[in-house]
Amino acid sequence: MPEAYRKNLIRQISQHAHSEVVGQLPEGNWITRAPTLERKAILLAKVQDEAGHGLYLYSAAETLGVSRADLIDDLLAGRAKYSSIFNYPTLNWADIGAVGWLVDGAAIVNQVALQRTSYGPYARAMVRICKEESFHARQGYDVMMKMSFGTEAQKAMAQDALNRLWWPALMMFGPPEAESVHSAQSMAWKIKIMSNDEGRQKFVDQTIPQIEYLGLDVPDKEAKLNKKTGHYEYSDPDWSEFFDVLKGNGPCNVDRMAARNKAHDDGAWFREGLLAHAEKQQIAAE
Amino acid sequence: MAKDWPLWEIFIRGQYGLSHRHVGSLHAPDAEMAVLNARDVYTRRNEGMSIWVVKSADITATAPDRKGPMFDPSNDKTYRHPTFFDIPDEVGSM
Repeated sequence: MPEAYRKNLIRQISQHAHSEVVGQLPEGNWITRAPTLERKAILLAKVQDEAGHGLYLYSAAETLGVSRADLIDDLLAGRAKYSSIFNYPTLNWADIGAVGWLVDGAAIVNQVALQRTSYGPYARAMVRICKEESFHARQGYDVMMKMSFGTEAQKAMAQDALNRLWWPALMMFGPPEAESVHSAQSMAWKIKIMSNDEGRQKFVDQTIPQIEYLGLDVPDKEAKLNKKTGHYEYSDPDWSEFFDVLKGNGPCNVDRMAARNKAHDDGAWFREGLLAHAEKQQIAAE
Repeated sequence: MAKDWPLWEIFIRGQYGLSHRHVGSLHAPDAEMAVLNARDVYTRRNEGMSIWVVKSADITATAPDRKGPMFDPSNDKTYRHPTFFDIPDEVGSM
């Protein structure tokens, strides 16, 4: 395996894994605040899936000869990146609907393509993840339907959540092709299957009719269907905001890393205890 | 310095009548925890009814670069396949 290919895969798969893990934080915040027991159970199952997705991906990365502990150290020390979308806050219950629908919806567009990636263990992790991801998007849309078809106040909350998350969701596909650092090489290696702009177009095309069904306004006032191409024309998000959040200046970058580090540190005694117990049992058996 | 728990390979039987199949790997301090973690990681949607866990370090595998010497010899023994032999139609199915 060429060294540069291996290095790039490790970077990409570990970033993907970190995104799954950090992605639990904005939603985990709402598990104890879910409006009904059923919604709580559903959100708990979704967040548990995200932990599982992180594990599948760390395992795929480990087949390239890195240790999971080192990858996690990189994340906790701030040396590794994760998807910028998780540096935005979830302010209320409508945001949980919008995150499942838009954020997981955008992730699905990327991940479906990656099922055909050139590295087998990564592709197989994607197959498993895509199967589960569809539940995530649908439960989010279900929350949005409930609120959009509810009281005026609920509908206003749904619209507000959509307005705030629309642009960051478009940014999830990465900067326009010309400004994307790794794109061309990754496409040649087939560790990236679709260009950033192709993915974004696909997402816009599938999402605008879903917004219309909810009776909500598309946050992009310029968006319109081009009857000739069959695709929606849409406005660019504010790319300076994207690069700023990437640099660590988003609304929640500091909180996310602090929460992740705290969870890791608070769990250390337990991880070490289990290992000490296992070693003791082993010695007793020998 | 971070220390990983040992790595385990996970095999799951989806239903009676099928073999256990390798589904992936995970870290766990011991076999009992590996089974519990495998339950949570690989069978959240009714994918299994039996789980085996094996320490990755205990698996001996063929090396990819020895593929030729290992498996080529079976390629030139086509007589092992029933279609190697032409049985006349008059004889009927065999």
